[in-house]
Amino acid sequence: MKHKFLTLALAGTSLVATSAYAEDITLTIESWRNDDLTLWQEAIIPAFENANPGIKVKFTPSAPAEYNAVLNAKLEAGSAGDLITCRPFDTSLLLYQAGRLADLSDLGGMANFSDVAKSAWQTDDGSASFCVPMASVIHGFIYNKDAFNELGLAVPNTEAEFFAALEAIKADGNYIPMAMGTNDQWEAATMGYQNIGPNYWKGEEGRLALIAGDQKLTDEAWVAPYESIAKWNGYLGDGFEAQTYPDSQNLFTLGRAAIYPAGSWEITGFNDLADFEMGAFNPPVPNAGDECYISDHTDIAMGLNAASPNSEAARTFLDWMGTSEFATIYANALPGFFSLSSHDIEMSDPLAKEFVSWRGKCNSTIRSTYQILSRGTPNLENDTWNASAQVIKGAETPEDAGARLQAGLATWYEPQK
Amino acid sequence: MQKPPFRWHIVVFLAPAVLVYTAVMIFPLFNTLRLSLYTRIGSDRIFVGLENFQNLFGNPIWSEQFWNALGNNFWFFLIHMLVQNPIGIALAAILSHPRLRFAALYRSAIFIPTILSFVIVGFAWKLILSPIWGIAPSMLDMVGLKSLFAPWLGKEEYALTTLALVSVWQFVGIPMMLIYAALLTIPEEILEAGEIDGITGFSAFWKIKLPLILPSIGIISILTFVANFNAFDLIYTTQGALAGPDFSTDILGTFMYRTFFGFQLQLGDPHMGSAIAGAMFVIILLGVCIYLFGIQTRMRRYQM
Repeated sequence: MKHKFLTLALAGTSLVATSAYAEDITLTIESWRNDDLTLWQEAIIPAFENANPGIKVKFTPSAPAEYNAVLNAKLEAGSAGDLITCRPFDTSLLLYQAGRLADLSDLGGMANFSDVAKSAWQTDDGSASFCVPMASVIHGFIYNKDAFNELGLAVPNTEAEFFAALEAIKADGNYIPMAMGTNDQWEAATMGYQNIGPNYWKGEEGRLALIAGDQKLTDEAWVAPYESIAKWNGYLGDGFEAQTYPDSQNLFTLGRAAIYPAGSWEITGFNDLADFEMGAFNPPVPNAGDECYISDHTDIAMGLNAASPNSEAARTFLDWMGTSEFATIYANALPGFFSLSSHDIEMSDPLAKEFVSWRGKCNSTIRSTYQILSRGTPNLENDTWNASAQVIKGAETPEDAGARLQAGLATWYEPQK
Repeated sequence: MQKPPFRWHIVVFLAPAVLVYTAVMIFPLFNTLRLSLYTRIGSDRIFVGLENFQNLFGNPIWSEQFWNALGNNFWFFLIHMLVQNPIGIALAAILSHPRLRFAALYRSAIFIPTILSFVIVGFAWKLILSPIWGIAPSMLDMVGLKSLFAPWLGKEEYALTTLALVSVWQFVGIPMMLIYAALLTIPEEILEAGEIDGITGFSAFWKIKLPLILPSIGIISILTFVANFNAFDLIYTTQGALAGPDFSTDILGTFMYRTFFGFQLQLGDPHMGSAIAGAMFVIILLGVCIYLFGIQTRMRRYQM
């Protein structure tokens, strides 16, 4: 009896073993882009699986706001997926330094990316790359073309024209001039301050000077954008203090607001929802004839979990991400996420084309708080959210906001002391 | 004289509860307290004694946030004590009235929000109060009071009170049920004896019922205290981890979450987070001790 049981048990295990052997390798992707679930399932993954039989890919996103916390906890517990979607800069750098992300410098596909594209996912000295760059997002303003035509407005190029347009929309009264709220705070900083700011601090020049300690957040170049967004107050909808990010998106796509301070990631969603024609304009410059700057923010990349048991298959996938095939699928399925690879990609979406065309006429930079400056406590990025929201609400003056941020930064950042 | 045999069954019956409780409550609690005595420098974990606590109370970067959160927590608790519990008692008194019709219906209707998830309650109220789509502004408009409407959740001076009242709405069923149960245990004879002495109606409630349910009210107060100082979910679902506007709704729970797990570019600091959790534990422990030794032992109990 006992013998028989043992044989059965053995037979059972061998069965399990063979079936595991015959099974494909399954790669799991961790991501915060739950909006992209269908894109991955219907376009990217099938394209990869067709080209690489034997490897299956599963895309398992979590909520954006919780992603970092969830990912850290999963990595700590050893239950994280094989491929890790990388936030730019320190979040991923620390994961690499802690040995959570594998070094990908020797990956063949890496040759298809410029140094600027790779910079957000490299060690400070640039010696090791640990994530394959996927896309950047560009800031600007999306506007309702029908509303602009109705009111006979032209696309504003300067700050003065911008406020004149807002004033005209407000005077007409049919549209809320601009759809943005301060409830979630981050729009105020990301779509407000970081959107228009590069025109004042001159893009990379100001950003690098701030990191080097040559400029301060109390300088005119860094306070002026606050002065500009403080004037937005009168043009936002009623009760904008409690207006959330989805509220703003809905207000604009329902055609109730004329201008939406945007990041290019909105394009896909807006194309689905809005039944009017949309256009986009880059952040207006302070004075006519000024050079323009845009925030072309390196936003998303993909890395390899150092503890992954399927690292060979995962590397195959990452290598494939450097091909023009991936870049074309991604850029066209997600207009608004602009490929960072050096392949020349044909895009079909007019709004996305408009955004990406600014790369030609303006200077690109990335968000000022992301590299190095948000390493300490208090956290400059989070403080910028708070300060931008406070300034727009009129609860804090631009000068006070600049002084507060500078004081916070100076407590821990050596070059700013 | 035979020695009584060791009563193994006691150990056996206690074991499951003790083991489970130790594994999921006592061990994590002490481990969290232990974690708060360390810090991470580079990739090493270093024992620093009470330095995290020193930082929490002495360094303005941390202490300002801590005192702000603690103050908000007390306000949150105060609103519950002043609004939730009196309303709960009043509802229970009305429900226990023998001539009230549909009592069971009211009881269930008032209790149902308690079993809803925080996420549902948070989002439902956020929608109700939304200045854009909400029904609150249009309802006020119907009665001609539109001018009273404000984007409450977005205003520093109202946001916390609004959320506290939402929480009251959700949980008013708990004190109601507990008091209702206590009221039902009061024997008819006592009330009848009072009636003979001329104590009826309201004075019967104040002079007979209220003293008899005072121990239950004490228990409710301490439950409210513990629940409020552990609160987190409602604030997080409605206002996010930054507890806006301008940290006016930040309570200890959200402060701890933000610190422990990190937020956006701010990286998580489990050690500092544990220190905050430790401080929360001490505050709740103190509150419970004050109640147990200062109030409950002095409370008069009546034999019923």
